[in-house]
Amino acid sequence: MNAATPLLEVRAVSKRFAKAPDFATKLAQRLGARAEPSTVHALDGVDLAVGEREVVGLVGESGCGKSTLGRIVARILEPTEGERYWKGRPYAEYTGGASRSERLAVQMVFQDPYASLNPRMRVADIVGEAPVVHGLVTRGEREAYVAQSLERVGLDASLMRRFPHQFSGGQRSRIGIARALAVRPRLLVCDEAVAALDVSIQAQVLNLFARLREELDLAYLFISHDLGVIRHLSDRVVVMYLGRVVETAPTPELFARPNHPYTQALLAEVPRVDVRRRAYVPIRGEIPSPLAPPSGCHFHPRCPHAFDRCRSEVPALREIAPGHRSACHLNDLPR
Amino acid sequence: MNAPADGAVLEVEGLRTHFFTRAGVVKAVDDVSFHVARGEVLGLVGESGSGKSMTGYSLMGLIDPPGRIVDGRIALRGTDLRALPPEAMRQVRGNRIAMIFQDPMMTLNPVLRVDVQMIEAIQAHAKVSDASARARAREALVKVGIPSPDERLDAYPHQFSGGMRQRVAIAIALLNGPDVIIADEPTTALDVTIQGQILYEMQRLSRETGTAVIWITHDLSVIAGLADHVCVMYAGRIVESGTVDEVLDRPRHPYTRGLIESVPSRNPPGRPLPQLPGMTPSLLTLGAACAFRERCGRAIEACGAAPLAQDLGPQRSLRCVNPLP
Repeated sequence: MNAATPLLEVRAVSKRFAKAPDFATKLAQRLGARAEPSTVHALDGVDLAVGEREVVGLVGESGCGKSTLGRIVARILEPTEGERYWKGRPYAEYTGGASRSERLAVQMVFQDPYASLNPRMRVADIVGEAPVVHGLVTRGEREAYVAQSLERVGLDASLMRRFPHQFSGGQRSRIGIARALAVRPRLLVCDEAVAALDVSIQAQVLNLFARLREELDLAYLFISHDLGVIRHLSDRVVVMYLGRVVETAPTPELFARPNHPYTQALLAEVPRVDVRRRAYVPIRGEIPSPLAPPSGCHFHPRCPHAFDRCRSEVPALREIAPGHRSACHLNDLPR
Repeated sequence: MNAPADGAVLEVEGLRTHFFTRAGVVKAVDDVSFHVARGEVLGLVGESGSGKSMTGYSLMGLIDPPGRIVDGRIALRGTDLRALPPEAMRQVRGNRIAMIFQDPMMTLNPVLRVDVQMIEAIQAHAKVSDASARARAREALVKVGIPSPDERLDAYPHQFSGGMRQRVAIAIALLNGPDVIIADEPTTALDVTIQGQILYEMQRLSRETGTAVIWITHDLSVIAGLADHVCVMYAGRIVESGTVDEVLDRPRHPYTRGLIESVPSRNPPGRPLPQLPGMTPSLLTLGAACAFRERCGRAIEACGAAPLAQDLGPQRSLRCVNPLP
């Protein structure tokens, strides 16, 4: 996978959400009030690559920028800085009718199966609209195509005339997946796609993702805060903290030898069925505001090993073992 | 006010909460019995619609029409809460028995400062001066690990992060030193590291103050790390209960085992997860039969009759006619 060109790559991507100052703020500033920071630094120089048929798990806590990164990968959001590549070529080169399949190649599955389906549309339209619009199937073929799409995700095709509210949460998840797959993508961005589901239903949907990957040779960018889910499904894990990638490694390596203190803390906090009456040793503090991220390493205010350099210098993401990269100054210290 | 001999603070027996809707009677809680002792953490586990939250609301006397508690006994330190007149129940609620919700904004009023809300909660149950109530509020914030409590007392709920808000909600539940706290998925919306912090505080508080905790959740792994005893609910009934070790290591009910086995972290990565087929049944169409029958691999003809809860030992019960060995 290292030698081959990745399916999708983003390089040095940053995303800032700026709030334009309203009239009252402008007036207050005119009168000498100090300007409060109003730019959210959602992503700060992030690199990410997803190989052909690879499942990349993206973990992090709320506000770390994992959903923003997913949306940039799915081209729902434009990055403030940085470039996106599909099969080694920047997206700007894919124009015109011939490159339609490249532009449809990344699709997204959303977290909330209740909010991401139009309640006024029948399932046949939710799943069938995009392939007809993009000319993948004709109007006449639509019904058969929708039926096939629904059966592939384990739904009864006879239910296609129904509306979303007539389905359970697990079935709605499947509709969302069928919709994403209807335009024949190569890569699915799944943003907390199983977070809203009950445990027994979650297992069904995770098995569906695994089966579809085999059947359709799909790659996934699987975004989740649930390390158990990530470990089960991913080939490689990317850990984010406050807009930056702090560690990435093949899944077994990351869970066996977490390097970054944040990854170690995250793994230590995960409740497990086989650990009883444990004594919780919490890591201190909370994620700082991305409005005013800390200097140096973003994790230093909560890190038990922080020293002077962590406060002033941003650690680079460096290879510490084959395929295992971590952004921590501790790795430069003599052992 | 004397607790019964076995030390149970709260005893629930044969609790039934039904909702009388136009479409029919929904038996949200159907013959639920359990008890919890001082300083003990009881986990109430189930999927959505299993009746675990409705059990919590029933204990608090928070069931509104068309819902009604139709049967059962809820005894707090020997006092039957169902027999109390509304005014007496109001003195118990928030005082002897308190609840923490998944969304802390269900507890907090967004337009009042935290100190106003906390002082109000104290003075509703005790005649104390503003100054001493404020001191108690401050103490409660310290107990749940909120830094710089004096400044935080003067803040509004929106000025707190999600995790801090949940701590404030816990502090309010603790204010009057209740006998029982009912926690309804209080960490589900929180991040892993923040969840770890809250679980740590709850564990410490229940040990230090002797408060009994009923922890309602869908997450078996949280129960594993926190609780002493666990009740597994399915479609309004407790299908299995026992100590955490007994239930999680040697489940007898097929549903419990299916639930445990489908947790991803217990399975080898990459392999298909063992999954329970189908989905939870509609409570409207439930008959007397075992509600899990349709999804169960061990279903036999006898499952068509209502399975009764059988005691397998002290605090170990099972509701299944064809249990696992």
